[in-house]
Amino acid sequence: MKIGVVTFPGSLDDRDAQRAVRLAGGEAVALWHGDADLRGVDAVVLPGGFSYGDYLRAGAIARFAPAMGSVVDAAKGGMPVLGICNGFQVLCESHLLPGALTRNQHLHFVNRDQRLRIASKATAWTSDLPDEVVIPVKNGEGSYVADEKTLDALQEQGRVVAYYEGGNPNGSLRAIAGIANERGNVVGVMPHPEHAVEELTGPGTDGLGFFTSVLKTLVQA
Amino acid sequence: MSEPDATHLGASSLDTVARAGQTPEQDQPFLELGLKDDEYARIREVLGRRPTQTELAMYSIMWSEHCSYKSSKVHLRQFGDGPTSERMLVGMGENAGVVDVGEGLAVTFKVESHNHPSYVEPYQGAATGIGGIVRDILTMGARPVLVMDPLRFGDADHPDTRRVLPGIVAGIGGYGNCLGLPNVGGEVVFDPSYQGNPLVNALCLGVLKKDRIQLSAARGVGNVVVLLGAKTGRDGIGGVSVLASATFDEDGPARRPSVQVGDPFMEKLLIEACLEMYDADLISGIQDLGGAGLTCALTETAAAGRSGMVAHLDRVPLREASMEPHEVLASESQERMLAIVEPANLGRVLDLAAKWGVLATAIGEVVEGDRLTVLWHGEPVVDVPPASLADEGPVYDRPMARPADLDDLRALPLPAYPAASRELLLEMVASPNLCSRRWVVEQYDRIVLGNTVLAWPEDAGVVRLSEETGLGVALATDGNGRYTRLDPYAGAQLALAEAYRNVAATGAVPIAVTNCLNFGSPEDPEVMWQFAEATRGLAEACRVLGTPVTGGNVSFYNQTGATAINPTPVVGVLGLFDDVARRTPMGFQEAGEVLLLLGDTREELGGSEWAWALHRHLGGTPPQVDLERERLLGEVLVAGSRDGMLSSAHDLSDGGLAQALVESALARGIGARIVLPAGLDPFVQLWSESAGRALVSVPRSEELRFTEMCGARGLPCTRIGVTDGTSLEVQDVLEAGLDELREAYEATLPALFGPLAGASAARPHDAAL
Repeated sequence: MKIGVVTFPGSLDDRDAQRAVRLAGGEAVALWHGDADLRGVDAVVLPGGFSYGDYLRAGAIARFAPAMGSVVDAAKGGMPVLGICNGFQVLCESHLLPGALTRNQHLHFVNRDQRLRIASKATAWTSDLPDEVVIPVKNGEGSYVADEKTLDALQEQGRVVAYYEGGNPNGSLRAIAGIANERGNVVGVMPHPEHAVEELTGPGTDGLGFFTSVLKTLVQA
Repeated sequence: MSEPDATHLGASSLDTVARAGQTPEQDQPFLELGLKDDEYARIREVLGRRPTQTELAMYSIMWSEHCSYKSSKVHLRQFGDGPTSERMLVGMGENAGVVDVGEGLAVTFKVESHNHPSYVEPYQGAATGIGGIVRDILTMGARPVLVMDPLRFGDADHPDTRRVLPGIVAGIGGYGNCLGLPNVGGEVVFDPSYQGNPLVNALCLGVLKKDRIQLSAARGVGNVVVLLGAKTGRDGIGGVSVLASATFDEDGPARRPSVQVGDPFMEKLLIEACLEMYDADLISGIQDLGGAGLTCALTETAAAGRSGMVAHLDRVPLREASMEPHEVLASESQERMLAIVEPANLGRVLDLAAKWGVLATAIGEVVEGDRLTVLWHGEPVVDVPPASLADEGPVYDRPMARPADLDDLRALPLPAYPAASRELLLEMVASPNLCSRRWVVEQYDRIVLGNTVLAWPEDAGVVRLSEETGLGVALATDGNGRYTRLDPYAGAQLALAEAYRNVAATGAVPIAVTNCLNFGSPEDPEVMWQFAEATRGLAEACRVLGTPVTGGNVSFYNQTGATAINPTPVVGVLGLFDDVARRTPMGFQEAGEVLLLLGDTREELGGSEWAWALHRHLGGTPPQVDLERERLLGEVLVAGSRDGMLSSAHDLSDGGLAQALVESALARGIGARIVLPAGLDPFVQLWSESAGRALVSVPRSEELRFTEMCGARGLPCTRIGVTDGTSLEVQDVLEAGLDELREAYEATLPALFGPLAGASAARPHDAAL
């Protein structure tokens, strides 16, 4: 299975996402922001970083990249898409996911190992996860916000995929760490599963589950 | 010769080379530019005429202390006489040293200061400090893979520290995080001597294929000089000559225009563009633009290549059209590189730059001869031998004097020792220099690139270089200003010894050294004596330990008024792992393991953290230096890691055994029961700062093998207890719960600088980073 990882100018965790795909048993394919060709991939990861320097707003310029036009079309057709951190911001700016990510409540960038409660396994990227995982967060603009109605709807429809546990690192409303679209193929998470894929370099290997989930979903499809 | 472009502002008053020749008597503001009478006379002698306004500005920059090392050069030569190593591919003199690490790879690393800009404008000062050191590493042909920040501030509770520290930390995070470089360690130290002059040092390490080292020499007549990166603006003019080479006085913050403004996004693009150009072998020479901007890059590339060069300054893309030629040459606008490119490769260089959205402009060419000629709209405004700027600046052997107060300081009696107690332990772990650095390091991305094996609070940062073999490096920086104040020779050696020990504690073999020597004004004979003693001590210690100095930086004029900072040589040691999987963490791993104290504990509390934290006492003599012992300890720690005997290892330094026990216990929430050996007073055993020691835990099954190895090698090894429970108990002396220790250890910085994110439900110490 081929999973594409889009590199925007300013992407930072693109090679980490590729590594995670490989460790999960997939084939990682590098995609370039300026190229609308998705090179026949079966799923796409939008990695963390500061695409376009976070100029204007985080993710606001990336949504206009040629590659994103193709990703949006493919996502609407059901292709699994995972946005991590800046990628989550891009998905919100692209209106594939509702709400927005704003400055952390304490205004500081925060990097720590974070416990998450997995609230929905009915998505392409979370089916293989246990109920609780430890995955690093690292962001400066990770505070998830949306209007009350949207938040209620997300929770009622089971589209919140993960909640922060044991402390909310960025002040996200209702401690939301990640959400999915209605169909469950598009998922955005603020924490970084690609940084929990090896015992040697992470808090554990809980993050691998996101990538094995999508590989299983693709095999079953 | 054509007339200057009449539309250019100020062109009518342009001070050209021709005009300089015709008006020898014109008054020039060399004193205001920081040049001395005899230095000005030498410039006239070199040129055979008065310098143009632009040339004068260039000489004032290149002959400044910051660029020319004019006061330190005679002392730094000792590092060149240091130990030889087959691993050293490029030594001192280039932008950074390059060390062979095997498997066809090399690393390049260096630590540099950005002290004065960070006091004037903490965020941008610290941010551009990262930007500058990263470009130094990029210049060598390497992909930067980690940064570290040794920091020194005034008193933790001083109001100005509340202005300076959060800005500096945010600036380091803001720039480094956006570049995608993990920040894997460093230091945060508080002392009133840094109140008006914080130290912001930045270290970067990069990795490259051994056969792809880039050098700065501009060679090959007809080759094109290409300026890459950001447009040139008026920011940072006078950064090195005004800010870095003079002492702060009352008008500190008024110098804000001399501070550069950084754009990490542009730097990230510049890094990727340059690396692709190196990969395609398109670059014949390259130099970053940092302090002294184009002036430095043009003169150094031309001087290194023993080439002539012509630069058309009006082709430089400007942010402000009204800039004068001397401003264009002096600007320290960030995120720029100067590349020397064969004409046949120019098209591909411009294409790659365009791919990454990086501006690239041909501004000149390498020519016959040995003159650097700079044209402004066709008119020569500079015509100089580049070596006279880059290599032949003034050199001073400045007068030295042993500080008049040193004998009194060293004779100062220590305060009476207290009884060792739970209360004392809690007070010490909460003191500003020993407490948790979580408030700072959580603002740094420590894991991006996915190769961080160890980072804070570990003894050293450990980063994997090869996913296939596990090849990796360890890095630690240390430097104790109090020790160096009391004895600069020993203090510098203790800084090296501690960084060496920290690296060895992780299991890495120490192989090379970088340093950032932060001192007061070299014009003060007492400071100069401190500098001479410290460099002599460090050079000697490098010889004994067999670790060559690969490069570094000198930062003088760190003082406010007549008061210099405590002399602070920050020493970085690079260690090598054949396989990072065998790294030794500093935290206890499980209950029931044996705790061993390696090395000798003596009654050594002069300059200690206890004397300072509880009594504001700085006096006596620092701990004894025994470099052979440090080497032996290092060998044992590495052997213990290789043979899989060690569960944990933690170096003993500030705060002594007590601090090491607390940190190792809190790492994973595993306590310890300690029985101190008979003899020395328990307080001394717990808080003495004797060097050459480490605390290790070993599984019971390995105890005999490990202690026999120590015995065979002659390293003192004392069994002091076992890991167990949820408290730290020192039999018949004290007991403190891990929860209360953690609370004391973690609370100090948030109380001073604001709560941690999500503090309402703080998690226990992370098990691993």
